[in-house]
Amino acid sequence: MKVKKKLRLKRSTPNHSVAGDVFSFAVLILLGLFMALPLILAISNSLKPMDELFIFPPRFFVRNPTLNNFNDVFVLMAESWVTFSRYVFNTVFITAVGTAGHLLVASLCAYALAKHKFPGRNIIFSVIVLALMFSVQVTAIPNYLIMSKIGWLDTYLALIVPAIAKPLGLFLMKQFMEQIPDTLLEAARIDGANEFKIFTTIAMPMVKPAWLTLIIFSFQDLWNLQGSNYIYSEELKTMPYALSQIASGGIARAGATSAVAVIMMIVPITIFIISQSSIIETMATSGIKE
Amino acid sequence: MMNRANKPDIAKGYIRAYIKKRVKNTWKEMKRNKISYLFIAPFLILFILFYFVPVLSSIGLSFTYFNILEKPRFIGWTNYVNLFFADDVFLKAVKNTFLFAVITGPISFFAAFLIAWMINDLKPKLRAFLTLVFYAPTISGQAYIVWKFFFSSDIYGFVNGWLMKLGITYSPILWFEDETYIMPILIIVVLWMSLGTGFLSFIAGLQNVDTSLFEAGYVDGVKNRWQELWYITLPSMKPQLMFGAVMTITSSFAIHDSLAALAGFPSVNYAAHTVVSHLIDYGSVRFEMGYASAIATVLFLTMILCNKLVQALLRKVGS
Repeated sequence: MKVKKKLRLKRSTPNHSVAGDVFSFAVLILLGLFMALPLILAISNSLKPMDELFIFPPRFFVRNPTLNNFNDVFVLMAESWVTFSRYVFNTVFITAVGTAGHLLVASLCAYALAKHKFPGRNIIFSVIVLALMFSVQVTAIPNYLIMSKIGWLDTYLALIVPAIAKPLGLFLMKQFMEQIPDTLLEAARIDGANEFKIFTTIAMPMVKPAWLTLIIFSFQDLWNLQGSNYIYSEELKTMPYALSQIASGGIARAGATSAVAVIMMIVPITIFIISQSSIIETMATSGIKE
Repeated sequence: MMNRANKPDIAKGYIRAYIKKRVKNTWKEMKRNKISYLFIAPFLILFILFYFVPVLSSIGLSFTYFNILEKPRFIGWTNYVNLFFADDVFLKAVKNTFLFAVITGPISFFAAFLIAWMINDLKPKLRAFLTLVFYAPTISGQAYIVWKFFFSSDIYGFVNGWLMKLGITYSPILWFEDETYIMPILIIVVLWMSLGTGFLSFIAGLQNVDTSLFEAGYVDGVKNRWQELWYITLPSMKPQLMFGAVMTITSSFAIHDSLAALAGFPSVNYAAHTVVSHLIDYGSVRFEMGYASAIATVLFLTMILCNKLVQALLRKVGS
């Protein structure tokens, strides 16, 4: 009895039975398949030649993989007056500029909220937390009116600038920056460093994991932005918009649609793979305290 | 006598002096912290312009008739009255939205937590891999379009193909044209892509639960993993649970894009019409901005209210 107790204590989780572990692993595999199969199908379909896309009964995995569908995407769009690479450029440009701006602007604000004591900081932070509680659709109409007032309709600015002030990024960065030891900042101040210097040479290098987290969340939003409300000119429209256009071509475009879906998902997934451990580290401080 | 009559005046004088002093001190404090305001200024200006002002003006516009061409005209509560008493499509949208929110919200919240909890005991490499598998649909953007290949209305769709091969049906089912199938299928799709940001927060939170607590719990008579979960794990994860809840609630009330891509916009007989769909319909298609603002305001208040409600509930966890 005593031996058994010791053995069980050795496991990192002493109260878990082996049967329970097996059961939970089985559940995980089933759910994992449910999550993974659609994405695998997208990849498989994007590689299927025409005759494999339209067979009865449908086959899940591709037999003779080909890159024709990816080729088609560019050919299909080459016939319209805006080529597919233009949509790709627009999305890459908006995402890169918006994400970089968001990281810089949100970090500046987060640093002051986390490490400076000034009147109004608590109110500002509560408003930011409140802003996490509603989605962008709520502000869509007034935003449209504001954009048209300041003449930003049909420009990249309409898509980039609001994304720079996303409250989620500020919230996560502020929570993470709270961990920076005050003594370190104090020491730098005594050495005569000014606040901007401290921010760039001490605070920012210390929160590198949070950079990646802000980048992936901002990236995710901008990369998937259709933005067709604010943008009329075809040459300024984004890749998600192009995808929805191709997909609306129906079943005949099944191959091309899968190809674009794969192009769309491969980038954020790759970034997530690279930055996963940093993101998890940041999310540890993401809690909302009462 | 004189003294007594003067008392309130004296008190008032004190209060006034006190306020003056407070204001002066605060002003001094603010001047001393000039640099802090410089740090927050860029974000705050953009935030006020694109988040704060829009919410306020949305509330303001909801009391007007406004079609962009003419100036907004004040019409009182008319928009709200029409919304709740004359607009059958809106009521249907509200019903659908709550159906989505009530089903997918809690399921994806608990699923995200349970999956994170089950993953947590695994070896780091496997844990990282499974995190990717479960989180991938959330970040894959419009990959939800693949579900069209499972449920396409012809014989080349997987579900139809197999149902016909097995002889269960003889002609393909029109999944997204038939009202009885639209909602169940869309709920599956939404669940598939909705583990979301909260999931990552849970994984991180679980990895930081103090493991010595588990051994202490074992000594104190915690018998199985469920008791461990309720008495030890959950209480130490309250902040992450709160954050996850906020993320889930906000997104489950905002479902629209995936529905529109799969079931069409507007969907057959408005079977997949949500409040956000209705908002987009009036705001971006019909340009009835006053009416759309009323919808946005209702949505805003619903989101905030549900968030506050669930936070109050979560405070009771583990007690």
